[in-house]
Amino acid sequence: MQTVLSIAIDALAYGMVLFVISIGLSVTMGLMRVVNLAHGAFAMIGGYIASYAARDLGLAYGFAVLLAIFGTIVIAVPIERLLYRRIYGAPELTQVLMTIGITFCIIGIANYVFGPTLKTVPLPSELQGSVDLGFRAIATHRIFAIVCGLAVAAGLWYAIEKTAFGVKLRASVDNAAMAAALGVRTEIVYAVSFAVAVGLAAFGGVVGAELLPVEPYYALRYMVTFLVVVSVGGAGSIPGALVACLLLGAIDTTGRYLMPEFGEFFFYLAVIAIICVFPRGLAGRAKG
Amino acid sequence: MTMTTTNDMIAASPARRRFGGGDLIGLAIILLVAVIGYFLFPNNLALLTRIIAAALLVLSLDLVTGYCGVATLGHAALFGAGAYAAGIASAHYGINDPLAMLAFGIVAGAVAGLVCGVVILRAHGLPQLVLSIALIHLFHEFANKASSWTGGSDGLSGIAPTALLGLYEFDLWGRTAYVFGVVLLAIVFLLLRLIVRSPFGMLCRGIKEDPVRIRSMGASPKIALTKMYVISGAVAGVGGALNAISTQVVGLDSLSFNMSAESLVMLVLGGTGSLFGALTGTVVFMFFEDVVSAANPFHWLTMVGALLIAVVLFAPKGLYGTAAALVARRREAK
Repeated sequence: MQTVLSIAIDALAYGMVLFVISIGLSVTMGLMRVVNLAHGAFAMIGGYIASYAARDLGLAYGFAVLLAIFGTIVIAVPIERLLYRRIYGAPELTQVLMTIGITFCIIGIANYVFGPTLKTVPLPSELQGSVDLGFRAIATHRIFAIVCGLAVAAGLWYAIEKTAFGVKLRASVDNAAMAAALGVRTEIVYAVSFAVAVGLAAFGGVVGAELLPVEPYYALRYMVTFLVVVSVGGAGSIPGALVACLLLGAIDTTGRYLMPEFGEFFFYLAVIAIICVFPRGLAGRAKG
Repeated sequence: MTMTTTNDMIAASPARRRFGGGDLIGLAIILLVAVIGYFLFPNNLALLTRIIAAALLVLSLDLVTGYCGVATLGHAALFGAGAYAAGIASAHYGINDPLAMLAFGIVAGAVAGLVCGVVILRAHGLPQLVLSIALIHLFHEFANKASSWTGGSDGLSGIAPTALLGLYEFDLWGRTAYVFGVVLLAIVFLLLRLIVRSPFGMLCRGIKEDPVRIRSMGASPKIALTKMYVISGAVAGVGGALNAISTQVVGLDSLSFNMSAESLVMLVLGGTGSLFGALTGTVVFMFFEDVVSAANPFHWLTMVGALLIAVVLFAPKGLYGTAAALVARRREAK
């Protein structure tokens, strides 16, 4: 029973971190139809900035998180303007090559600037230790990650379903050309959602630094995981991404707890099985 | 499409008979480069043999990516299967004849190609890409776990190929391995030239352009692509077996995501959809890698990234494709 509970908590926390990082990827992929392999690299940049701010500059955790989000957006927006803009609507192979090239560059530069060692983001004292629920003690950080994930999911749901921007975003996802013809400034929608996506990636990178340690190969190591979440969930679908994160988080964590000697074998096996059964993702719609 | 293939130009050129001038010229160029390499780097034949093995992998990737339009980041699975099969045949079963090891590599590569093809071709677009990545990780984890067979992360050692045809020992300098590799590459190159211009090859190219139309013409895209995947697996298996025979060790890196990504980079650098492009890309990339990564492996990664971005932005047809387009344009101008 104890094991089941700790697996459940860890799986939930891991799934939520995955969700925070990949939801931006899912939305931009659904919106711009760009296979963005560099998304994990942005999460990594967020982690590095937070680590630098909190550890080397001694800023408070909250400031470090904010700095990481804005710093990553400031770095990412010129990349979008200069490079991504040219591959909208290009064949997949082109997009894969461009974004994997960007990933390689970021890894190389991160390694040059910060060195190959693992970076930690020191937690404030409130997030250390554990909370006693009466029958079970849970690490506060896990709860924090879960709460962050839920907050992001709720905030995004509100923004997309209830605000004017959300209406424009949904219209652009469904049919960008038609939305543009009706007076939606799609390039602004693109730019804003790209910035939000990158900001969320950075946020997830910082919050998840305990679970997904920040190091130069972060971008490559977890790239697969983020892509898997999006393709299992179906690009552009928030509920799909949420379900996919929880499912994959559960599979991965259970595998690690019960059969550590098999590593990620069952994780990838499950991914292949799910995609073979649902080639368009759990919540994917038929593409026109 | 920005990633146009160089096929269009080759198909439009006059040399397209069964064994056209292009084949003989290509063969002559391969042999010439091989001889030049032999005399320029007599002490580094191991590197040249590695380039040939990589070239076989890139050719095999070109078959599915360049000719069939399947974007995959897991192609090293086929290469690794060939390498491990050849290695295991030698290290565990005492089958040390290089040609028999090669046969094992080809069969294993083809089987891996069949498995990968069946799985990868189930989806399109992003899910397809993710499937290919998941497959290469699955292969990697499996080889890592089955360490009694594969040696796990220590690598598979104890491969001891006997003399080739009973005449030529695999010497310390790697001369036999190099000549063996060059001959294999030449044979594979000629066979592939035949295949890609056969009706079957044309069918695959048609599927890449418009699968719906091919289906309405009565052909099954899936069966054709699966066949191509098996052929591609056999070619990658030749490369893997060559690698196992020449280095006499098989490591987990031959089943890695990095290797898959690098082979894709090599292919794109040279130009997709052309066998010459695949060869050009491999040679240029491997030479640069040898020079730069000796200095600093991380700068190497940054440079590969920058190179990729540059190729996508400025030379989407790759080195060979761009050069071929220039030549074709000049010829037209005359």
